Amino acid sequence: MYQIIKQILRTGIKTETPPQPDDALRVEIQNLQEQILRHVGGALAIRCVDAGSCNGCELEIHALNNAYYNIEGLGIHFVASPRHADMLLVTGPVSRHMQVALKRTYDATPEPKLVVAIGDCGCDGGIFGESYASCGKVSNVIPVDVAIPGCPPTPTALLQGILTAITGSTKAENT
Amino acid sequence: MKLDEFPTKFPKLPGPMPIWHGTVDAVQFRSLCEQVARGGGKLVALWGSDELARDAGYALHVSLVTALGMLCLTLPLPAERPSYPKISDLFPCANRMQRATADMLGLYASGSNDRRKWVRHRAWPNNVHPLRKNFDGNAVFPTETDAYQFVKVTGDGVHEIPVGPVHAGTIEPGHFRFSIIGERVLRLEERLGYTHKGTEKLFERMNLEQGAKLAGRVSGDSTVAYAWAYAQAVESVTGTTPSPRAMALRAVLLELERIHNHLGDLGYLGNDVALAFGFAQFWILKENALRLNNELFGHRYLMDKVVPGGVACDLDAQGSERILQMLKHLEHEIGILKDIYDEHAGAQDRFLTTGRVSPDLAAELGLTGLPGRASGQAWDLRAQFPCAPYDKLDVRMTTHINGDVAARVTVRFEEVLESMRLIRLILDQLPAGELRVTVGDAPENALGLGWVEGWRGEILIALHTGKDNAIHRLHPHDPSWQNWPVLEHAIIGNIVPDFPLINKSFNLSYTGQDL
Repeated sequence: MYQIIKQILRTGIKTETPPQPDDALRVEIQNLQEQILRHVGGALAIRCVDAGSCNGCELEIHALNNAYYNIEGLGIHFVASPRHADMLLVTGPVSRHMQVALKRTYDATPEPKLVVAIGDCGCDGGIFGESYASCGKVSNVIPVDVAIPGCPPTPTALLQGILTAITGSTKAENT
Repeated sequence: MKLDEFPTKFPKLPGPMPIWHGTVDAVQFRSLCEQVARGGGKLVALWGSDELARDAGYALHVSLVTALGMLCLTLPLPAERPSYPKISDLFPCANRMQRATADMLGLYASGSNDRRKWVRHRAWPNNVHPLRKNFDGNAVFPTETDAYQFVKVTGDGVHEIPVGPVHAGTIEPGHFRFSIIGERVLRLEERLGYTHKGTEKLFERMNLEQGAKLAGRVSGDSTVAYAWAYAQAVESVTGTTPSPRAMALRAVLLELERIHNHLGDLGYLGNDVALAFGFAQFWILKENALRLNNELFGHRYLMDKVVPGGVACDLDAQGSERILQMLKHLEHEIGILKDIYDEHAGAQDRFLTTGRVSPDLAAELGLTGLPGRASGQAWDLRAQFPCAPYDKLDVRMTTHINGDVAARVTVRFEEVLESMRLIRLILDQLPAGELRVTVGDAPENALGLGWVEGWRGEILIALHTGKDNAIHRLHPHDPSWQNWPVLEHAIIGNIVPDFPLINKSFNLSYTGQDL
């Protein structure tokens, strides 16, 4: 135990300042925004769904949990069931074999809910596109609020996209 | 035909790896497979191809490994009712490969009792085969009901737990059917294929240059290994020899990939035994490595950096120095963390004897790669059939015989340290030379094989060329094909809550097997 405490103290705090939201990532205007903010109240539960990715995007989602990005420190945590989730974080392309599972996961997530599509494949089908085996982008299967491009998107880009989804549109606030 | 005669009768494929390829008849095919299995060799991959356009029906291909190197056999099959002798009795891991080949190409293994589909769920009907040339890759079929026959375990108190395809953690999708009694697992049956996204069909729309990017996305966590194997296959068919500098840089990238994946796994293995400290510590080290990758090579996971003909990045003296500094820090931290893991009673209690695969069972089932080495299966391409620059480095293979989670943890620790040693040796004598040489044209109807030891195990790319540098057929093969069925055995007799730990200790690829 002494060694563990010594190592923790020696490591120190690595967490960095999170990025600001970016309106450019919004796919559609979020009508539910106020309602969601009221419900979420600064804490957010995310359910990840790999709907057919190459596992590249998953690596960066894992990285969000490391000490540098410390996503839990922002009140955001990953949950094991869609029933507990406010947001689905979906990587693609959506394979036809995952189409039903993704829809069911979406349906099982209580309203109000947000969907963030991740990666070039989640945004537009990417290199895999649409085919006999792939439905392409996530919004071909379920409604998407924010899409984060990148192959894979960096943890900072992911964090920015997630924060964009849960903060009100800056445009809406200004008017 | 005697096994020893194969390399004298058939040509060695151009390139750095000892790979021979020959066309055989069904009797020779079966006999050679039997000899390899009897002699302790193993099956690396089994795939088919549609050769109707060449008026040659279909073909079945297998890659076998013996102490000599790789023997690749091609068995021509007739256009009508194409079937070949099963080899799943010799190599149990062939079962799923045979079923996938039936789904994708309609080539059937005669004598096999298991006729269940494997890759196919509901995206296309029973009587069509996506990898046949007359199949339109953009066709969309009405969804069918997806009935799959799991093996039923019955008896007093036995019940089933179905898990997935959407899993509790941030992991790839797949379905696990546990039959349990109390907390003990009597049987696990896997159902994969959920991430099937038409990768192999997509390759056939590409030329040799375009395929490199897709190869790097067969399994994103092994992008360097796949890209290198792809490059090796292209270089073999085009007669290209990359410069010693490019080969050295490829090895640096491959070892960096091994290091960051092993660090991530070591962190998660701590996390899975409630040692969140381990996750926090190892993922700081992993993040440091990824950031340095991005800074020096322009991508955190090194995607698209290995290309046919060489590499698409360089490393100057300052960059080398940065890597060496990172390794020095890493070595110091790993020393501390390994002691903590070794001394931690709670962690060791969970690691030791959990998910054990004995060396005998591993040999029988064909367990390969990292989990294989943790169960006494001494196979590591970098040590056995080293290409440049490994041929000068005397790679030390890590093996253990306990075959439990603890052994797979230890192998990871030791392999990280060995990768660090290798990178230091390479950087110490980084040769000069061109980063990327021009890749010439490939002849039509040529076969090129790329064979690379990725962090999970051996990656194979089998490339059949078409006209004008087009890809006629490409089969990327992940070691997860071999290792998934062994996971079903590793869990037997363990308790359900240990499954995530055992699964993580194997850390197999879904996308690499579903394609």
